[in-house]
Amino acid sequence: MPVAPERVISSPAVAPATGPDRPGGARRIASLLSLRESPVIAALVVALLGASLFVDMFASGRNISFLLLSVAAIALMALPMTLIVVTGEIDLSVASTLALTSATLGVLWESGVPIESALWICLAVGAALGAVNGVLVTVMGLPSLAVTIGTMALYRGLAYVLLGDRAVASYPQSWVSGARAPFLGIQGLPWIAVAVLVLAVLFAVLLHATSIGRSLFDIGNNDEAARFTGTPVRWTKFWLFTLSGVVAAGAGVFWTLQYGTSRADTAFGLELQVVAAVLLGGVSIFGGVGSILGVMCGVLLLGVIRNALQLFGLSSEVLQIVTGLILIASVVTPNLVAKVRARRAPAAAPVATPAPAPSSTDRPDNGEQS
Amino acid sequence: MSTPTTAPTPSTTGAPPPSTARAARRRPQVRELGVLLAVVVLIAATWLHNPGFLSHQGVRDLFLGATVLAVLAVGQALVLITKNVDLSVGSVMGLSAFGTGILFVTFPGLPVPVVMLAGVLIGLACGLANGLLVTTVQVPALVVTLGTLYAYRGLNHWWASGGQVNAHDMPASFLTLGRVPVLGVPLPAAIAVVVVVVVGLYLAHFRSGRELYAIGSNADAARLSGIPAGRRVITAFAVNGALAGLAGVLFAARYGTVDSTVGTGMELQVVAAAVVGGVAIAGGVGTVYGAALGAVLLTTITAALPIWQIDQFWQQAVVGALILAAIGLDRLLALRTARKLRGGGARGA
Repeated sequence: MPVAPERVISSPAVAPATGPDRPGGARRIASLLSLRESPVIAALVVALLGASLFVDMFASGRNISFLLLSVAAIALMALPMTLIVVTGEIDLSVASTLALTSATLGVLWESGVPIESALWICLAVGAALGAVNGVLVTVMGLPSLAVTIGTMALYRGLAYVLLGDRAVASYPQSWVSGARAPFLGIQGLPWIAVAVLVLAVLFAVLLHATSIGRSLFDIGNNDEAARFTGTPVRWTKFWLFTLSGVVAAGAGVFWTLQYGTSRADTAFGLELQVVAAVLLGGVSIFGGVGSILGVMCGVLLLGVIRNALQLFGLSSEVLQIVTGLILIASVVTPNLVAKVRARRAPAAAPVATPAPAPSSTDRPDNGEQS
Repeated sequence: MSTPTTAPTPSTTGAPPPSTARAARRRPQVRELGVLLAVVVLIAATWLHNPGFLSHQGVRDLFLGATVLAVLAVGQALVLITKNVDLSVGSVMGLSAFGTGILFVTFPGLPVPVVMLAGVLIGLACGLANGLLVTTVQVPALVVTLGTLYAYRGLNHWWASGGQVNAHDMPASFLTLGRVPVLGVPLPAAIAVVVVVVVGLYLAHFRSGRELYAIGSNADAARLSGIPAGRRVITAFAVNGALAGLAGVLFAARYGTVDSTVGTGMELQVVAAAVVGGVAIAGGVGTVYGAALGAVLLTTITAALPIWQIDQFWQQAVVGALILAAIGLDRLLALRTARKLRGGGARGA
């Protein structure tokens, strides 16, 4: 991809060290492994080591398979969520979209539609639900936080309208066990994990190695500047929300088949876990900063900790505290480090590094990697 | 709940120049009157459909149902006006409700007001922690309160360890608080009305209250003009926490049975109530009267659906549609105001 000259103009807030204008693959790898996600990678490695050393059964193939299955839906939804948060928006309706597609699948299956065609209908429903979010955000210019809180209630409500408090559990056993089947017979590696990995690579290429991906960072850094440089900001956001809907629908279909039931209250509150994983993975809630690698590590980290604590016999309440504290720590730590550095820097080299301007304190995520 | 009609309506932002400020000032009035009208029409139509809706018991249920949500919505409005958000209110409310209950169990001799105060203080402490995290380490409120949503809820589960506090563990004088009538309304509802009016007057007439709007409209400009933005935001979070604590106490008094799941998922209803009532998520706009009316509207819808023989499962979908309609309407009103302020002809966005 040739680097367009307007990048320099459109992303002035990015610190020089992570500036995107240096061409070449080395730069790309360096930006993939930038400081921002190294804490979550380190934490994941520590958690994996600790869990396999100190927790019986953790490293067994059965448990790994269980672990990967349990995070698959979150990992799927976290992929488009990363792109959306990078552009400075958010989609809180993903779990409700999942539930509504699951309910749709249930109703279709009950009325005799074969699963093969029901799958495609569900994906189309997901696309439509995402597109509604996209239209409300881009055409009407509404804040995505408010819109997706609204559609989160709306889609969940529609799932209740479709199913009530019933559950559809009559799915054919071959599909249910098929959803959990291992990849090429390898124990501990469900095919969905491979599918998520392939999708993650695709998303990573899209975000980090194409001009579309670069423009997402532009939009996140400065919406208006991106528009002036010719990025179709509204279309991009519209397609991102639609994509998010499709992927959430895919996660919904997988979730339904994996557990063999459709219920309206399925995946309740899962959107917060998705957002937590994305933020834990080093994506800035203000937009403009983030990577797929970090997010996938964030998803896995939460999954590993949950799994290890469960095997350790600790209850889910401890997990909730740990999740909350990790999330806060993951955002607080880099900010504190940046503050300490900013305090030290002027003393060491008063001319070379001016103190950060007051406006930069509002967006603490942009300056700390220098 | 007739206060909003007579209440002084503050202007939305400090931005418009004085000569055109009146046009901007009219907007929230229209907005809140709209919600009030919706409540009145809904109640009247439901009453005509089935007079049992406004029976003595029905009115009391309506009041009590709206109380907790209205108190929470008032606090949330304070935080939203400063362009922050507090997602942890449901967990804070749960923690305070359980704390209130467990205090009665462990110290049966404690006087009721002391325990109620303790419940509010639990909330205050939680809110203060949120506020400090948001301002001192400058982490976005969405992230902090998402984290504390889990942390406080986990703390509550850990504290309760599966147990619950039943009505017979609480003193009768506490439980009757939920039923004592004051001027014809149940005491909790009266408390809610007092909270709404006090916070509403504070926001409209006190310097530090007005400054919250300034911070929400433009934090940098507010800071540059000498407003201690950090302190104000901490105060907003602390008050919100205290109100969530109060809501928890009221919940415990009303239901008598509390476990560690009280208030789960409440945060979205609260944000929804505030947004429906015209408090903008983008900050700087809205009043607590609107937020409280939003809470009343949501509660009324929930109560009215069964009377219209609409499947209760429609409730959440209706709430979602209402949120979308409300923010869409706000957008239209804002665009019209902006056009007026520019003397017409200007493009909206």
